Amino acid sequence: MPTFYLDDSEIPFTDGETILEAAMSAGRYIPHLCWRPELEPHSSCRLCTVTINGRPFSSCTQPALKGQKVECDTPALLAMRRAVIQMLFVEGNHHCPCCEKSGACKLQATAYLLGMQDSHFHHRFPVRMRDLSHEGVSLDRDRCIRCEICVRASRALDGKNVFAIHGRGIESNLAVNSPSGLLKGSAISPDDAAVRLCPTGALIAKGRGFESPIGLRAYDREPLSSIELREYQARRAVHD
Amino acid sequence: MTKATVATCSLAGCFGCHMSLLDIDEKLLDLLQLVEFDRSPINDIKHISRPVDVGLVEGGVCNAENVHVLQEFRRMCKVLVAVGECANTGGVPSMRNGVSLKRCLEQSFIRGLGIEGAQIPDDPELPLLLNRVRPLHHIVKVDYFLPGCPPSADAFWRFLTELLAGRDPALPRELIRFD
Ligand code: SF4
Ligand code: SF4
Ligand code: FES
Repeated sequence: MPTFYLDDSEIPFTDGETILEAAMSAGRYIPHLCWRPELEPHSSCRLCTVTINGRPFSSCTQPALKGQKVECDTPALLAMRRAVIQMLFVEGNHHCPCCEKSGACKLQATAYLLGMQDSHFHHRFPVRMRDLSHEGVSLDRDRCIRCEICVRASRALDGKNVFAIHGRGIESNLAVNSPSGLLKGSAISPDDAAVRLCPTGALIAKGRGFESPIGLRAYDREPLSSIELREYQARRAVHD
Repeated sequence: MTKATVATCSLAGCFGCHMSLLDIDEKLLDLLQLVEFDRSPINDIKHISRPVDVGLVEGGVCNAENVHVLQEFRRMCKVLVAVGECANTGGVPSMRNGVSLKRCLEQSFIRGLGIEGAQIPDDPELPLLLNRVRPLHHIVKVDYFLPGCPPSADAFWRFLTELLAGRDPALPRELIRFD
C-alpha cells in the first residue's frame, strides 16, 4: 500500500482517497466541520487545512499522494483553526447555555478540542430570522454556520431539495425551499438526514428537548475526535 | 508569604459564577491562605481600595454603571479575568441585542402580563441601559477568559491556583465548557 507522511507518522492510503479520509482510517483526527463521510466534500469551512510544501490545502478534498509530506498539527495551523472557530462563534449568535444542542454540537465540541477559551474577536450580534413554523423541525439561523451539510444531505440522502444558501459573504444565509420560504409547507421531516446531520443547533427535531440532561451528552462524555474516529472506522469496515 | 489580592464583581450576570467559586467548598480555606479579598460581593466592600493583583469580573456590560465598574477594575487590577459566558460573550442578557431597547422596555414594563400602573422606570438613580449588551473584551483589555455557565468549581480552582503559582492558567480540554 502506498503511504504519505502526516507530520511524523506514515499513513497508508488507497488510490483516490483524500488526505482526511486516509488520516481518519489510520486513527489520526483532522478537525473538520463541513465534511461528512456520506456526502460529497464541500471544502468551505477550511478547518481541515493542512500544508504541503508550505502551501495550504483543504485535506477533505486534496488526494493523498505517495511519499507526500503533509503538515497538520503545527503551532501555526492550530492557531489558524482556533481563529476559524472563533470567527464562526462571533459571526452568529451562539448562546450555548440555552441551546438544546449543547454537549452534542460539533461546533462547540471542536472549540473544546482546539482549546478555545475566548471569542477573541468582537461579536457581531447579527439579527437573523428564526423559523418555528413547522410542527416537527425548528430552524435557528443564529446558530447556522452555513456548512451546507443540510443542503447536500437533503438532495443526496433524503431525495428532497429543501435548503439552499442565498446571499453573499457575511450576508449569506440559509434559505428554505417552500412557497412562503418557511419550513411549514416545505418537504422537510424530522427524520430527514438533513436535520440529523446538522452539526450545530440550527436544525433541531422538535419534541425531544432535554431527553438527555446537559452535562451527560455525547461530547460531554467523550471528545468529538474519538467518537468520530470510531464511527468512521466502523463505517469503513462495513463498506470495504 | 504576602498574599495575592483579589477583587471580584458581578455586572450583567446572575451571581452564578460567584456561587460556583464558593462551590470549591473546603478548598476555600486553602484559597484564603493564598489570597486576600478586596472589593467583592462576598465581603460587601464597594470600591477597590488599592491596586490588586487579580480582578474577577462576572457578567457582561448592559448599562452605564457596568462600564464604570469595569473601567475601575481595569485600572486597579494587574490581571483582569472575564469569568463565565456573560463576561465572555454577553451570554443570556445579550439575547436582547436583536430587539430595540424601546421594544424591550415596553414589553417588560407596559405590555407584560399582570402589570398595573404601567410605566417605564425613569428614576435618575437608575443607570442608563446600553443599546446592546456586550462582553468585557469589547470595552477593556482582558487578560484571561474563564468559560462556562458557570465555570465549574474545578475550573475555578485549577485556573486560580495555576495563575497564582505564576504558571499559564490555560484549562485542560475536559474543563473547557460553554454551558
Ligand atoms: S449551536 Fe453549538 S455552538 Fe451554537 S449555541 Fe448551540 S451548542 Fe453552542
Ligand atoms: S442548518 Fe446546519 S447543516 Fe445547514 S448549513 Fe446551517 S449549520 Fe450547516
Ligand atoms: S472539512 Fe474540509 S473545508 Fe470543511
